[in-house]
Amino acid sequence: MDFTSLIDNLGSHTVDGLTKGAIYALVALGYTLVYGVLRLINFAHSEVFMVGTWTVFGVYAVFNATAASGVGTVILATSVALIAATLASAGTALAVERIAYRPLRKKNAPPLIFLITAIGCSLVLVELFGHVFRQFFGPPFGRALVSIPTLIDTKVLFTVGGVSITNIQLIVIFGAVLMMVLLDLFVNYSRLGRGVRAVAQDPDTAALMGVNQDRVIMLVFVLGGAMAGVAAMLYTLRYDITKFDIGFLIGVKAFTAAVLGGIGNLRGALVGGLLLGVVEVYSSTLFSSNWEDVTAFVVLIAVLMFRPTGILGESLGKARA
Amino acid sequence: MLLQLEDVVLTYGKIEALHGLSLEVAEGEVVALIGANGAGKTSTMRAISGIRGLSSGRIVFDGVDITKRRADQRMRKGLCLVPEGRGVFPGMSVRENLDMGAYTRRDKAAVAKDFERVFDLFPRLSERRKQTAGTLSGGEQQMLAIGRALMSRPKLLLLDEPSMGLAPMLIQQIFTIIAEIAHQGTTILVVEQNAQQALSRADRAYVLETGQIVKTGPGQELLKDPSIREAYLGVA
Repeated sequence: MDFTSLIDNLGSHTVDGLTKGAIYALVALGYTLVYGVLRLINFAHSEVFMVGTWTVFGVYAVFNATAASGVGTVILATSVALIAATLASAGTALAVERIAYRPLRKKNAPPLIFLITAIGCSLVLVELFGHVFRQFFGPPFGRALVSIPTLIDTKVLFTVGGVSITNIQLIVIFGAVLMMVLLDLFVNYSRLGRGVRAVAQDPDTAALMGVNQDRVIMLVFVLGGAMAGVAAMLYTLRYDITKFDIGFLIGVKAFTAAVLGGIGNLRGALVGGLLLGVVEVYSSTLFSSNWEDVTAFVVLIAVLMFRPTGILGESLGKARA
Repeated sequence: MLLQLEDVVLTYGKIEALHGLSLEVAEGEVVALIGANGAGKTSTMRAISGIRGLSSGRIVFDGVDITKRRADQRMRKGLCLVPEGRGVFPGMSVRENLDMGAYTRRDKAAVAKDFERVFDLFPRLSERRKQTAGTLSGGEQQMLAIGRALMSRPKLLLLDEPSMGLAPMLIQQIFTIIAEIAHQGTTILVVEQNAQQALSRADRAYVLETGQIVKTGPGQELLKDPSIREAYLGVA
């Protein structure tokens, strides 16, 4: 137990944790949005994120962007990558909904069938990148770790009270929080957002008010997917890698974050994500990095034991009638 | 005819709730549908509003066959149901609930006028416009549910048991408001267990027993019918 190391660098560990947690939080939004409306844990969401990271890699390759590229190429490549990843992830999420979930809904399938289908979709997407694409296109597809060029070098931007903040940390935290604020405003203050909340609270009555449920469900998948796409972009800036199964652990952590904050609650996803990130970094300093995942799940179990609705409780579908 | 149901059959799994029900509502009418618990009143409302699909039969609204339309499409045609148990959105404010009533409307100026109208009909809602709907009393929730339906400017307002769970004084008040809404020109089909209130206020009424219409006639006439008095009004 290395308390001195944690205490001495508490500030920088916290910022590290927040950076990590911001990405969890963005991905967590996808779980929470879909759960709020459909009462379904979309286990394919982790792969929605994975597709985003590959898209970033692809765009960089198209622009021939490397660590040595000039400023113009870097700005162009990262902007296009951000947009492309957002679209690709949103598109993947939408495709899963249209191809897999909607036909099940039309047949009134029981919840377990949805869950198994979700896991199936996740496996299909993983194997597409881990196996199928390799057969057709060869490497880098496959089961190996793929490194993504570092277009933006990590630099210390400024130091506050002995804590130095890097440009990447700032971009990740600011980007994630910005997306979450925009999503929160959309859901709480726009007409379509009201439709989303109506379906979450009472789907039958929402239909009686003229809300097209299928459209709301599509919207929710697209929004969650877009958030995962932005998360993928931020992730690649911070970690410079992707892999066919990169979504798995991030997905589980993001799901944990969603449950931690209160699944179905958008602000809960933020709280849960940030908290989980910070706890992970603290524990890896205290014990060793091997304990990071263990601690994350111990926290989850503790929350579920003492506060099963999560820290903030459910809100999107509050007191569903 | 504004609304016509022809031989409507509705089933829940293997159980048939409506066995060939037919009824009609003309424009400008207030029609009541009375019956005991389990007679199929709510099933009829679900069939008309489109929450539940039919096994067979036909529903025509405003000259269009809507049998195969979804609930939200029927709503856009001018048919709005205030569901049993009110169905307000508990996590939304009073104001947002009313906004939901106008969800499909784009005519902002007219919507603003309808807000005034609803707040005139229900001053209580005006006082509580920022309050979360889940924290309102039963009577207030019923008012909100009716007000929300009015925000859609329905051609036909469907009310499912508006008196359920309310104190007698409130029931009186709700029915007075319903009469006022009818007076302002909205056609109404109301389902009620409170036969006294429903029959005395309705132009016409249908009596529903085990999924079928067994009697129909002007409300006042049915009020005097001995078999109805015995079965539904508790008078021997």
